[in-house]
Amino acid sequence: MSTSTTAQIEGPSAFPQAAPLELRHVCKRYAGQREPAIPDLSLEVVAGEVCVLVGPSGSGKTTAMRLVNRMIPLTSGDILLGGRSVLEREPNELRREIGYVIQQVGLFPHQTVSDNIATVPRLLGWDKQRTATRVHELLELIGMDPDDVGPRYPAQLSGGQRQRVGVARALAADPPLMLMDEPFGAIDPITRARLQDEFLRLQERVRKTIVFVTHDIDEAIMMGHKIAILRQGGQLAQYDTPAEILTNPADEFVAEFVGADRALKRLGLATLAEVELLAPNGLKPGANKVALDTTVRDALSQLLAAGGEPLTVFDEREQVAGIVTLELLGGLLGNGSLTAGEPASSGGQGGEPAT
Amino acid sequence: MIALAAGGPVIPTFGGGGSSFTCERANRLFCSSWLSRNWGPVLWPALRQHIVLTLIAVTIGFVISTTLALIAYRRRWLERPVLIITSILYTIPSLALFELLEPVPGLGLSRTTAEVALVSYTLLIMFRNTLTGLREVPDEVRDAAAGMGMGPLRSLLRVELPLAVPAIIAGVRIATVTVISLATVASLIDNEGLGVPILTAISNEVFKTELIAAGALAVGLALTADGLLVIIQRLLTPWTRAA
Ligand SMILES: Nc1ncnc2c1ncn2[C@@H]1O[C@H](COP(=O)(O)OP(=O)(O)OP(=O)(O)O)[C@@H](O)[C@H]1O
Ligand SMILES: [Mg+2]
Repeated sequence: MSTSTTAQIEGPSAFPQAAPLELRHVCKRYAGQREPAIPDLSLEVVAGEVCVLVGPSGSGKTTAMRLVNRMIPLTSGDILLGGRSVLEREPNELRREIGYVIQQVGLFPHQTVSDNIATVPRLLGWDKQRTATRVHELLELIGMDPDDVGPRYPAQLSGGQRQRVGVARALAADPPLMLMDEPFGAIDPITRARLQDEFLRLQERVRKTIVFVTHDIDEAIMMGHKIAILRQGGQLAQYDTPAEILTNPADEFVAEFVGADRALKRLGLATLAEVELLAPNGLKPGANKVALDTTVRDALSQLLAAGGEPLTVFDEREQVAGIVTLELLGGLLGNGSLTAGEPASSGGQGGEPAT
Repeated sequence: MIALAAGGPVIPTFGGGGSSFTCERANRLFCSSWLSRNWGPVLWPALRQHIVLTLIAVTIGFVISTTLALIAYRRRWLERPVLIITSILYTIPSLALFELLEPVPGLGLSRTTAEVALVSYTLLIMFRNTLTGLREVPDEVRDAAAGMGMGPLRSLLRVELPLAVPAIIAGVRIATVTVISLATVASLIDNEGLGVPILTAISNEVFKTELIAAGALAVGLALTADGLLVIIQRLLTPWTRAA
């Protein structure tokens, strides 16, 4: 990525600020259905944060998301974007202000990548120059060469590339809110991990308010400042930070949903930088090295793989930061100083903790 | 009633002015001398009329069937009745349809009668193809268009119709070839087009050059029209070849 600007600061932005989102007693009953898909859902998403909706199939994640941009009509309740009810807005105008990414991407096959990305700017009546500049900037933002990829048709891209173009298209008019429905659902695990990484780095730069739907709890833990766990019938089981959900699941359902390995997952939220490491002088530096920004979970895994041999921890400047041993991590787990701690800062977001 | 000879001369029109009819007298299968003498007075006008007949029929048929398809795309219930009516029109034997239309007041033995019949044969194909093309637009593409704030009309014009173009043109191609072929029969009522020399030739049991020449022109016209439509489709849908 060669742009040094974020889209929000110097790009030709229409909406420079991320907006807070609030769902107030939202109810959705589909026509002809006896039970509502969502009986009564309330949640608040802080501006610039990622709220992940997670839950089993049919729990109403997609429904909740599509209520926000009025792709489906509310039965009752209200949704506020930036403090203003979406019901007061003209639907098409509202949708142009909300980035929308779906699992099947839905790029227009008959338009080039550039034209696809330019969709909303054109709807908003941006002039040619401004649109072209923005398209160029976005392609660079998602790590693509504008001159190579811009003129291609979607059929000439890989699945992962298409997904990235889908995200760029949703970001085009710099919307204050992004809705993403299983955006990485149909992608192989390796590309998926790369896209998740990229997404987190992108989010650090653009700081959108994001509603992210997935049914993968690990993805939710990795992506979300906050996670809303929905159960069958559209009820909210728990709405909290990943650390809190892993440490104190609200009930049986949540505990089962996050998995029996939730203590390990919790370790995945902290890095060695947050652990008080052993001084290097007491022990002779072993052959096994590990970086300071490794998650505690991965460090534990490496310790086990090394048969319990201590690991030497290096920081970004290749300096020895300390030693980590099985006993040290075991002690941390025992006294609960990790598992009950504040939300990790760098495990999930690489930014400030959720506030 | 339509007389098969349609008033045409039974003796082949050898054409005037030429001095040598050796080939015709020898009754060879194909006489290029006849062709060069009759291209100007007989074949070329017939070909031109044929092209006009076809263009009018396909254009009117296209407008009607596309309109119906667009309405049926939004109002599903319309699909069945339109399909039933156009299917009936399509299956009526062409001669029978001409017979049926001829006594209708205001029609008679005219170009209008011929066009009404020709148009009615294009409707089913183009209606069905256009509707299928629109329905085959992937749901997620429609969803993305709506989700970005396009609105139904804009989505139709900018996304759904362009994506249906390959199917629409496929329908136009079949309709065009069908009309070119049927228009030869339509000469029975309006006495124009390539059907005229063909009918003349049929009534002559010996001399075959006229039949071969006019038939070949009809086939050539069909192939050319089809080829042109393929080129048009390629120009309109560059994305279909990008894979
Ligand atoms: N258009 C519709 N008409 C009627 N019922 C619907 C409609 N869409 C969804 N539902 C029902 O609403 C409930 C929630 O569906 P929704 O698609 O929101 O689930 P989801 O959590 O997104 O599931 P998945 O993980 O499978 O995508 C389901 O019981 C579903 O059958
Ligand atoms: Mg869903």
